[in-house]
Amino acid sequence: MNSLRQIYTILYKDVLLELRSKDILTAMLIFSLTVVVIFNFVFEPGSAEMATSAPGILWVAFAFASNLGLSRSFAREQENSNMQGLLICPVDRSAVFTAKVIGNVLFIFLVELVTLPVMVLFFDLSIGAVWLPLLATLLLGTLGFATVGTLFSVISANTRSREVMLPIMLFPVTVPVILAAIKSTAWLLAGRDLGQVWPWLRLLIAFDVLYFVVCFLLYEYVVEE
Amino acid sequence: MKSIKTAHLVMILLTFIAVEMALYLTFLYAPTEKIMGDVQRIFYFHVSAAWASFLAFFFVFIASIAFLRTGKAHWDRLAASAAEIGILFISIVLLTGPLWAKPVWGVYWTWDARLTTSLVLWLIYIAYLMVRSYTTDAERGAKFAAVFGIIGFIDVPVVYMSIRWWRTLHPAPVIAGGEGSGLAPEMLHTLLFNLFAFSSLLITLLILSYRISTLEQRVQALKHHS
Repeated sequence: MNSLRQIYTILYKDVLLELRSKDILTAMLIFSLTVVVIFNFVFEPGSAEMATSAPGILWVAFAFASNLGLSRSFAREQENSNMQGLLICPVDRSAVFTAKVIGNVLFIFLVELVTLPVMVLFFDLSIGAVWLPLLATLLLGTLGFATVGTLFSVISANTRSREVMLPIMLFPVTVPVILAAIKSTAWLLAGRDLGQVWPWLRLLIAFDVLYFVVCFLLYEYVVEE
Repeated sequence: MKSIKTAHLVMILLTFIAVEMALYLTFLYAPTEKIMGDVQRIFYFHVSAAWASFLAFFFVFIASIAFLRTGKAHWDRLAASAAEIGILFISIVLLTGPLWAKPVWGVYWTWDARLTTSLVLWLIYIAYLMVRSYTTDAERGAKFAAVFGIIGFIDVPVVYMSIRWWRTLHPAPVIAGGEGSGLAPEMLHTLLFNLFAFSSLLITLLILSYRISTLEQRVQALKHHS
């Protein structure tokens, strides 16, 4: 089996599992909507601050929801020693890592696709002209987050307090991704032209590549039994 | 073990002399800054502590790589010791900073790139120690900590750059401290000597912490034997 096939097979298994149970997706979705609702109390309805803070709120919601999903996604592998089974398979560790990252990106992105229109509705944003670069920003931000998160979720699942450790590790380390993602989103929503947003998107891509390479190399040390 | 003990004694002596001299230079030799006054003297300790913390975190990074490659437990103990000492120094930075900022800038804290990075750095290495102690299996905990120590260190310049770009494109209302540009020669001497004194203090504490963890490990081993 070549590695693309291996990645596809593991990904297929994860997606199938999630589609059957839907527990992670539902939890993430409701959670991110809850965050958006809670944040509405911070501002006067219809004030200008609301529109300028929208990108920040959006990413806080996504970051918190991702954290929830990421910690669950690995915890599920621990039940019935699934992870051992996966590691015993004649599959490269890097294929396992890549498949897990893609899976996590997929789930988080799906949640974002639902949260974004709700946000547009609640905060009266206009994304008509920029929807494509906006989706690209969401995808790139999510990739950075999911890459680091996939690695850290293995670590946190093996600690005494389980889920508690993930945000403590994940949030400080992913500060650059969050900053670049918020900035790109803010400028897109503010109607700046793409030439101005591009440096931030490029930065986001650079961060994604850096994190992916580092986490990819370190993954095998984390999963080995 | 014997050679470490000798090295430690030498370092203790050296640090003792260096710190005394650093105190003399800081409080008596260095001239009083014209605008900021005596409070500026905190600068020597502040910058030196920041330097010592970066050095310590660099040791964590190197020792973590060495541990993952060789699997030798002493690298892990060195990384853990360096992280503890690094947190000590970065805490000194975070405490002396506001003390200096309040009279000079008028606020204890501003979300400038350097300040924010120091705080994020502090959070990252606290998480590093937590990963180690929260993992039930000590061997895996060491590996997790090493992985986290490597990512954390690579992350530091990235965090700094990202916040810098974020802020320069969105200027903060308060001034960024711009010293270093016109430093008087006596001030420069004092600063350089303080950097040396803090580095030597760092090494001394590091050896101490390393020796303690080595003893702890031996006690553990003896307990298992009996």
